[in-house]
Amino acid sequence: MINKDLVIIGGGSGGMSAALEAYALGVKDILILEKNDYLGGILNQCIHNGFGLQEFKEELTGPEFMSRFSKAVKEKGIEYRLKSNVYDISKDKVVSYSNEVEGFVKVKAKAIILTTGCYERNAGAIQIPGDRPSGVYTAGQAQLYLNCYGYLVGKRVFILGSGDIGLIMARRMTLEGAKVLGVAELMPYSAGLNRNIVQCLKDFDIPLYLSHTVKQVIGKDGHIEKVVIAKVDEKFNFIEGTDMVFDVDALLLSVGLVPNVDLISKLGLHFSRTRGAIVNQDMETEVEGIFSAGNALHVHDLVDYVVSEAREAAKGAVKYLNGELKNEGHVYDVEASNGIGYVVPQKIYVDEAEDNLIFKFRVRKPYKMINLVIKEGDEVIRKIPKLAIIPSEMEIVKIAKDKFKKSSNKITISVEEK
Amino acid sequence: MTELTCIICPRGCHLTVDENLNVTGNSCPRGEAYAKAELTHPTRTLTSTIKVISSNATRVPCKTSEPLDKDKIFKAMKEINEVVVKAPIRIGDVLIKGVAGSNVNIIATKDID
Ligand SMILES: Cc1cc2nc3c(=O)[nH]c(=O)nc-3n(C[C@H](O)[C@H](O)[C@H](O)COP(=O)(O)OP(=O)(O)OC[C@H]3O[C@@H](n4cnc5c(N)ncnc54)[C@H](O)[C@@H]3O)c2cc1C
Ligand code: SF4
Repeated sequence: MINKDLVIIGGGSGGMSAALEAYALGVKDILILEKNDYLGGILNQCIHNGFGLQEFKEELTGPEFMSRFSKAVKEKGIEYRLKSNVYDISKDKVVSYSNEVEGFVKVKAKAIILTTGCYERNAGAIQIPGDRPSGVYTAGQAQLYLNCYGYLVGKRVFILGSGDIGLIMARRMTLEGAKVLGVAELMPYSAGLNRNIVQCLKDFDIPLYLSHTVKQVIGKDGHIEKVVIAKVDEKFNFIEGTDMVFDVDALLLSVGLVPNVDLISKLGLHFSRTRGAIVNQDMETEVEGIFSAGNALHVHDLVDYVVSEAREAAKGAVKYLNGELKNEGHVYDVEASNGIGYVVPQKIYVDEAEDNLIFKFRVRKPYKMINLVIKEGDEVIRKIPKLAIIPSEMEIVKIAKDKFKKSSNKITISVEEK
Repeated sequence: MTELTCIICPRGCHLTVDENLNVTGNSCPRGEAYAKAELTHPTRTLTSTIKVISSNATRVPCKTSEPLDKDKIFKAMKEINEVVVKAPIRIGDVLIKGVAGSNVNIIATKDID
């Protein structure tokens, strides 16, 4: 068995930035394991721009953004293995992977960071009624085919779900000559960023049907031929007489992303409301020395935040390797309360934390003119007025740890409507 | 009278612009600047891919070197889809000079060996 100080699973932007941070902090015995035959993860197929405003103060495309990290990884000589799928990890930190050259390999790691990214929810996960013909893709699959292989999955396309990847694909397929007939969103508001609604839909007169969803998929000879869209009421029941039929040859699903927790499930850990692992202030999971960050932990809309979170995880891993992370002293459980969907981290060992505590969370629905309230027990620690706040943009709040009095074991974050 | 949604920040103000380019509905000056630019000279960064001859890839991703006039986007796409380039290519290499009769170039956004 090989021994390594730090094994990083997943060589996307999260994994690479974690590796670079750990390296900068003095841990050099690192191995990145990546199942694809390239580094960079999902950003390889995200050819549009808008990445890196926080990280590099300039607007980059996905491939440009990830190339900066992959070049740095190669320059520093950080070890990585491609086409290496990790199929198991254990609580005593043995990582099992396989590739064509080495066969089946076991590595004993002192610390592990899981940066395995996320999955797109697919047709199985959302139960679309009707036939199960070919021609139904997730927006990310269609993006991979088009941007990496030049293959357009359809010429007459309907998109279900207003997530950003779907909106970006609406524009991209239109530019490549497809007719995008519309985007249906179950909720009364869009799941995507305003900027994408304007620049991907309005620019090309693509209609957005809010409070609408697919009622039926109709296939012919095994391929999709029509989709029936209808309006829903507040309880998401179809409203009679609102059916619209579209002739299509492809249906794209942009109905959400879920953390890839295949390996975390093998450890038998609990899941948080993010559907990723439960972590402490250093992104350490319930197993000591195993960390998680990026989309594997909770779905991020901006890669810049993936990078900063992965660095936190790397700092945590280095602290752990130096014996400075013991999960001792005063502990808080952090809870998402009224109006808040989830918070990361879920646990804070305040004595071992950095000077600032960082809370990342999302609201459940759009709000205007509210306060975000952070409390320790019943005492308000911080109130943040917000003119507008939407679920598709993650909030990040930093609070100096000495603002907390250790008078309780509970921190809550909630929305206070005025 | 034109109506726009401001895209500069998440607040998404609904802007109204009259014939004399007076902007209302914005909650801050950035909204006004955005609306004026949008109505007088709208531009967009275009990203796409170009066919590449290489043993490692079939497409090289690319973008406009700076934002392109919005009404030239489809013409640019046509030119992008007619070109074939050869590896090796480095990020920033000019793949099409002066696309769609503009001063804007199409440049590579990924290294292809
Ligand atoms: C389709 C799609 C489009 C997106 N578009 C945008 C966008 O436009 N702008 C933006 O800022 N963000 C976008 N995002 C968010 C994006 O995910 C993040 O910006 C960021 O790139 C995620 O980084 P990551 O490292 O967490 O995950 P990823 O980049 O997904 O990396 C995870 C890596 O782990 C590897 N892996 C997984 N399991 C294993 C295993 N068992 N063994 C070995 N390797 C494994 C994968 O192959 C992959 O390379 C998009 C996400 C998706 C899914
Ligand atoms: S006008 Fe100002 S406040 Fe309103 S959306 Fe634009 S940038 Fe934001």
